[in-house]
Amino acid sequence: MIPVLLILIPLITGLVSFFLNHSNTAKSWALLSSFITLTVAIAGIFFYPSQQLAFDSAWLPDLGSRFSLSMDGMGKMLCLLTAVSFPLIFGATYKNQYKNPGGFYGLMLLTQAGLIGVFVATDALLFYFFWELALVPVYFLCSLWGGEKRIAVTFKFFIYTFIGSLLMLVGILYLYFHTPDHSFALRSFYNIKLAAKQEGFIFWLFFIAFAIKMPVFPFHTWQPDAYEQSPTSTTMVLSGIMVKMGIFAVVRWLLPVFPNASVQFANIIIILSVTGMLYASLIAIRQDDIKRLIAYSSIAHIGLMCAAMFSHNKTGMEGVMIQMFNHGINVIGLWIIADVIEQQLGTRKFSELGGLAQKAPVLAILLVIMALANIALPLTNAFIGEFLMFNGLFQYNMWMAAVAGISVILAAVYTLNMVQKILYGHTVAATENAVDISSNVQWVLVVLAIMVIALGVYPQPLINLTKDTVNAIMVNR
Amino acid sequence: MNAIILSALLGVVMMFSGIITKNKSNITKIAAVGLFLLLVANVLNTYGGYVVHVDTHSLLNFEKFGLFFNSIAITATLIYVLLSGKEIENVGVNTAEYYALIFFVLCGVSILSSFNGLLMLFLGIEIMSIPLYILTGTDKRNLKSNEASLKYFLMGAFSTGIMLMGIALVYGATGTFALGTTSISPSAGVVKTSFLEVAGLLLLFVSMCFKVSAAPFHFWTPDVYDGAPGVFTSFMATIVKAAGFIAFIRLFDTHTDVLGPTWKILLAFVIIATLLIGNITAVFQQSVKRMLAYSSIAQAGFMLFALYSNNDFAKEGILLYATAYSFATIGIFAILIKMKDYTFDGFNGLAKSQPVLAFANTVFLLSLAGIPLTAGFFAKYYMLASVVKTGGSLWLVIVAVVFAAISVYYYFRVIQAMYFKEGEPETTTITTGFKTGLVLLAALIILLGIFPSIVLNYFYF
Repeated sequence: MIPVLLILIPLITGLVSFFLNHSNTAKSWALLSSFITLTVAIAGIFFYPSQQLAFDSAWLPDLGSRFSLSMDGMGKMLCLLTAVSFPLIFGATYKNQYKNPGGFYGLMLLTQAGLIGVFVATDALLFYFFWELALVPVYFLCSLWGGEKRIAVTFKFFIYTFIGSLLMLVGILYLYFHTPDHSFALRSFYNIKLAAKQEGFIFWLFFIAFAIKMPVFPFHTWQPDAYEQSPTSTTMVLSGIMVKMGIFAVVRWLLPVFPNASVQFANIIIILSVTGMLYASLIAIRQDDIKRLIAYSSIAHIGLMCAAMFSHNKTGMEGVMIQMFNHGINVIGLWIIADVIEQQLGTRKFSELGGLAQKAPVLAILLVIMALANIALPLTNAFIGEFLMFNGLFQYNMWMAAVAGISVILAAVYTLNMVQKILYGHTVAATENAVDISSNVQWVLVVLAIMVIALGVYPQPLINLTKDTVNAIMVNR
Repeated sequence: MNAIILSALLGVVMMFSGIITKNKSNITKIAAVGLFLLLVANVLNTYGGYVVHVDTHSLLNFEKFGLFFNSIAITATLIYVLLSGKEIENVGVNTAEYYALIFFVLCGVSILSSFNGLLMLFLGIEIMSIPLYILTGTDKRNLKSNEASLKYFLMGAFSTGIMLMGIALVYGATGTFALGTTSISPSAGVVKTSFLEVAGLLLLFVSMCFKVSAAPFHFWTPDVYDGAPGVFTSFMATIVKAAGFIAFIRLFDTHTDVLGPTWKILLAFVIIATLLIGNITAVFQQSVKRMLAYSSIAQAGFMLFALYSNNDFAKEGILLYATAYSFATIGIFAILIKMKDYTFDGFNGLAKSQPVLAFANTVFLLSLAGIPLTAGFFAKYYMLASVVKTGGSLWLVIVAVVFAAISVYYYFRVIQAMYFKEGEPETTTITTGFKTGLVLLAALIILLGIFPSIVLNYFYF
């Protein structure tokens, strides 16, 4: 029952939210809803017996599709990430003003419902439904509340991902007709045996859909523009949680279903990922805009996760699991800071910023913590994940790991450069009258910073939580 | 049989209703009641209840598939009259006659869904088409409407000629009008096809492509749809088109083996051409009405998949497709004809001034684009699934989904205009009843998008 609740709470509260016209009512309603979801998620995952975590009911008997939900370790972790992120996002942007707030928060909550659905669905058609349900509200969020070029940019994003989803749908249909019992159930998909040629072909139909979502080079071109033009709270959802859909989907729907093809094509995919890491890192160095810098840095991080997934060993997979959660936390933290700076100072360009540390010391401390996590310094959460992933990649191929390692150095270059240009030096016109962050943002960032350090020192809970998924993947191979 | 007889009778009743009452809205009410009776009669027929029993000497074959399609067509017409009745009244002075013609079209539709011989096919096509030529030209003082009507008539007459030629050739080869008999002799294991039959079937294929506006026989469609009064375009583009497909599928259900493997290649060519022309041309339109004309060509490309795969999935799918496509298109046209300006810019800012209309329109457009949670998704899903089920032809499916993604472009342009652009759209007066109707239709489309079995279970019973 727990997964159903996790979907229904945001879905229903989201629909109700469309009828709330008053800004504060809508905000409080959304915050309340996200806290209830968080409570249910924590209670369900840690305190209820595990049979509560599955749900199965008839949906489309003629088609062989069931409304079946279930949570494995990875599902639990990502639901937790989604449930934790939304209250933080709502809290951090509480002071932001939106026109038509009811609609804004309604769409945000619908996105949350779609995301959780993706993470818990164990029926391919249902998975496809949620995959799209998560996309459509985001399209409206970005197009209605985004920046200047929002309409064209969001449209590109939508068409890109929609082509990917449709290709995946063709793949799902193909697999459906090859299941022995004509069913969309995940378990039936795991039992499919395809001829090598077919397996290779269908593998790419799925992988392109997931690669666009992650995004992996060369399918990434929608991403920097979309992140830049979206309203920041939507960008947090996009980069904090939504990109995890792609990685999650590879682990859940790709590797076990196409065991041979995913070994066969691992080399190509790892080369693409590593190329993307270097490429994105190099571009990030040249950026003058906080949002675009974080966007490119995000491509680099995702590239590493993608490469580690396909290196097919336990260490790498554990790293991916940990990093999925940690990257969500870190990147949301960075976006919050970017949003605070933009809201207060009216610019996101480094060249127009400087000396903020003197005016806003609390912000400075928290930004430095987030930035260090972005570089994956030891004692921050990202270190463990990246270390394991590099270890996994190294076991697969030393040279790949060596080339990918360059991106760590580049990450330090662009991140520290950003910190330096924003925080230090002399104050400039924009930062002359800057004040420190408001209490709600401060609280959210402190919570995030505590998570960064706590998980950096003691990441074992995450490893334990996702142990079953990692083992299952390794057994399947 | 009920639907054929009753719709013809109701057509006559509608003609006389113009004498009894001069009040136009009363005529609409009579038509709506008539459609409801027609629906009841047809549903009764589905369960074996006959008003009159006529022995058709197997010229007509009333099976579930056809009868159920009748129900869909009549329901769609009922929704259409309820939503756009006001606009039908506003087209011209002869309201009663318009409704009479609509009922005659429905009579043709009911014949097409149940014909069992080529003669009946011809009769059905003609009974359906001739009233449409008139309806297209009802906006008498508008030059475009006249042009459209003449064009439609000439093209229609031409394609009917080709059809008759095809029927004659097939008759010459097989010696019968009945469907399902071929000149192939099963003896000796050698398949010997008759040249006459193949030529006849190809001519039939061409004429049916004309009727459903499949490329490269689609050239009449944009001009006719654009020139005809908006309300009647809505009727033509939905119910009539779907009926054409049902006839197409019934006709080629059993004849494909005569044409051999060439058939699939031919059909694949027509499908790709239709998808290509429909989608690419729709992208460049400035008028929403013209865009919908091209989009209807593009949707025809998808419906042709049912013909291509020709299995149980295809049969179920075409019914669902007809439902989803008709409902959504009727909804969009109902909104479009309330607008003063038919261009994309005419929709600018509709979400501010008419939020209910904009919401309903969004649902309809999402359904046409095939986004999940709407009926249109399952319609497309069934079409794709039917082709995947045949085993090969995965490349054709991939081509189709790429075009489906392109179609998002022009459908979403309307959404962008309504929600993301500023403007003061001018509309004619919009009543609460109209809004309620639209919301109910949108809710129905979403319901079908979650439980498509509602339509399909009915088919199975």
